[in-house]
Amino acid sequence: MSGGLYSLEKKEFDKTLQLKSVKPYGDTMNDGKVQVSFTLPLEDSERSTEAARLLGEKMGLTSPDVVCHKKLDKDFTFYIVYGSLNCSVDYTSINIKTQDASVMTMAETDEYIRTNIKRKVVIVGASTGTDAHTVGIDAIMNMKGYAGHYGIERYAMIEAYNLGSQVENEDFIKKALELNADVLLVSQTVTQKDVHIKNLTNLVELLEAENLRDKFVLICGGARITQRLAKELGYDAGFGPGKFADDVATFAVTEMVNRHF
Amino acid sequence: MKSKLNLNFEIANKARACAHNISLEVQNFIDKHTTVSVERTICRLFGIDGVDKNGVPLPNIVVDNVYSKNALSKGIAYYLSNAMLITGLTPEEIAKEVSMGRIDLTEFKSIDEVDTIENAIKTAEKAIKIIKANKEIRDKTLELYGDKEGPYLYVIVATGNIYEDITQAVAAAKQGADIIAVIRTTGQSLLDYVPYGATTEGFGGTYATQENFRLMRNALDDVGHKLKRYIRLCNYCSGLCMSEIAAMGAFERLDVMLNDALYGILFRDINMKRTLVDQYFSRVINGYAGVIINTGEDNYLTTSDAFEEAHTVLASQFINEQFALMAGLKEEQMGLGHAFEMDPDMENAFVYELAQAQMAREIFPKAPLKYMPPTKYMTGNIFKGQVQDTLFNMVSVMTNQKIHLLGMLTEALHTPFMSDRALSIENASYVFNSMKNLGDEIEFKENGLIQKRADFVLNEAYNLLMDIERDGLFNTLEKGAFGGIKRSRDMGKGLDGVIVKDDEYFNPFLELMKASSKK
Repeated sequence: MSGGLYSLEKKEFDKTLQLKSVKPYGDTMNDGKVQVSFTLPLEDSERSTEAARLLGEKMGLTSPDVVCHKKLDKDFTFYIVYGSLNCSVDYTSINIKTQDASVMTMAETDEYIRTNIKRKVVIVGASTGTDAHTVGIDAIMNMKGYAGHYGIERYAMIEAYNLGSQVENEDFIKKALELNADVLLVSQTVTQKDVHIKNLTNLVELLEAENLRDKFVLICGGARITQRLAKELGYDAGFGPGKFADDVATFAVTEMVNRHF
Repeated sequence: MKSKLNLNFEIANKARACAHNISLEVQNFIDKHTTVSVERTICRLFGIDGVDKNGVPLPNIVVDNVYSKNALSKGIAYYLSNAMLITGLTPEEIAKEVSMGRIDLTEFKSIDEVDTIENAIKTAEKAIKIIKANKEIRDKTLELYGDKEGPYLYVIVATGNIYEDITQAVAAAKQGADIIAVIRTTGQSLLDYVPYGATTEGFGGTYATQENFRLMRNALDDVGHKLKRYIRLCNYCSGLCMSEIAAMGAFERLDVMLNDALYGILFRDINMKRTLVDQYFSRVINGYAGVIINTGEDNYLTTSDAFEEAHTVLASQFINEQFALMAGLKEEQMGLGHAFEMDPDMENAFVYELAQAQMAREIFPKAPLKYMPPTKYMTGNIFKGQVQDTLFNMVSVMTNQKIHLLGMLTEALHTPFMSDRALSIENASYVFNSMKNLGDEIEFKENGLIQKRADFVLNEAYNLLMDIERDGLFNTLEKGAFGGIKRSRDMGKGLDGVIVKDDEYFNPFLELMKASSKK
């Protein structure tokens, strides 16, 4: 164990907050105190403890102190290190675009719906046309969702209907009307010979022909779908790889409110 | 075990009776149907494995051959057995011929039905022998090194690369883990085939393949002998290939397998007929192989509030218990699941968690209950997370839970680092040791919060089971009683793989395995 309960070092630094050089705070302004922990693929020894300490220095810690080293396995050791960070950040130079709509969590979305829409939102989704791939729509809609992002079925304030695969556009619209859908999710995975473009365009055309386009928030998704492509084809939004149920739900409900559904 | 809760066991017995009727009705349906996955399992148990040059598993090719001709109602054993008798080839050789388009199995009709069945049974006995031998190795090793008395520490590895998983698993074993579970890559539940060979890529987990099982089993045997402990290996049957994975687990001596009768239906939108038929055969195999099954009731609590919906967990446990009994599993093999998932900000949350854990323990006295750590309310505040896990550890040791799934302080962030796991094991070991006999020392206040809570949950569960018994399980699933999730009986994945059995259908493994399980 190192260091006593009281630090005997004189605190020789400016103790007033400087927004142009903000540092971490332990118990004194600008003391720079941080705690880091990490594992090294090394056997627990004085030499490896020194390696940890040196890494602390490289991380920018002045006088890093390895307060704990714990053997995890013959060649792996875990370290907890305390030290004073010798760098800072200029807070005044940071600009965050607050109009970037932040994605709401499931609970936040449910609350948003309760407050602003005041009834359950109906979302109908499917892989349409000849497309038999449902991995995408399932990832967005199924209870378990994908990678910890729970699907739309799980939202308390959403009635979700996943119609599965190979749903023809006409049937999709019919079902959407039957279920009083607010939001339609169209999933397209296959893009051979631009079949997805044809199919996606066809849906928009059918909706417009029957004067139904404005009745729904229309969203498409898939491995090759981008926001740009979606808007070009007449959709309200498009979601591609790296997007999850919370992204889709946030957009859908805020769009509904923006269009006064 | 003396009841600390003063539970009304008459109600518990009535609830059991309801559950029994519920599963009996479903069993009637199950007995009349098979699935493409069950038939592929029979192929595997006959020794068919491997893939063709396109990577398609041979069991799939063989079953598709018969399925595409609408002839699967007789079962694959019928055709394979006849093909063996007529061509003199082994099932593996037949499978290769089918994959090269040189044999059409539907052309092999029975010359003598008795011969067909006898040959199938003789062939089936080879797999039975292998599985039995595995069981004996497990039993002998446990006898040699002894088995742990307190809760088994269950840890997960999930790097996506089986070789990296082995490094993590071996380290965890050395740190004190008793059961290693390899989480599967996301989406494997939805594959209607089982991938083949060792794999090094996955998202949020590693593919369950027979070769991956074999590699991990060897590694754990090695470290186990060094530590003089038997390290148990766990994987997941869930999805469209439940019995295939159970069979692979039986061949490679897995010890614990996730096997829930309803999980696939509710959480993966797999057709209910498909899952219910699949879970039966997979449990028969698990039962015969001496595997402890784990059920997935924790999943209900991630959808619904743990305090409000506790009775759905208990009702599901009763139902899972009955399906397991019907498949020949002993109570000692039923790792019925539950979890510590109440809102930590709720007043007396710990007290209610304690009540529920004790209740499960008393209602299922012989079951190696699987107790799962907080997940829903875990956040990036890893320090609070470590405390949440500590409270969970305390309830577990105080109520004698058996399979203790280790909570990770970084649950909300990433699949565990080696250090996360070590800190978690350190937490649990400390609590289990320092509170070892606390549970025995405690009595609960008569008609206090704890006794009242357990009584309330039991009665609610009984009421729910009466409703389900009245409606039948299929209708109940359509209404959405579990986790608020509605499923239609003719929707969901895998329905087209459900087949009505013909009068001449037989599965040689069913009788062989169930008969032995009864002993």
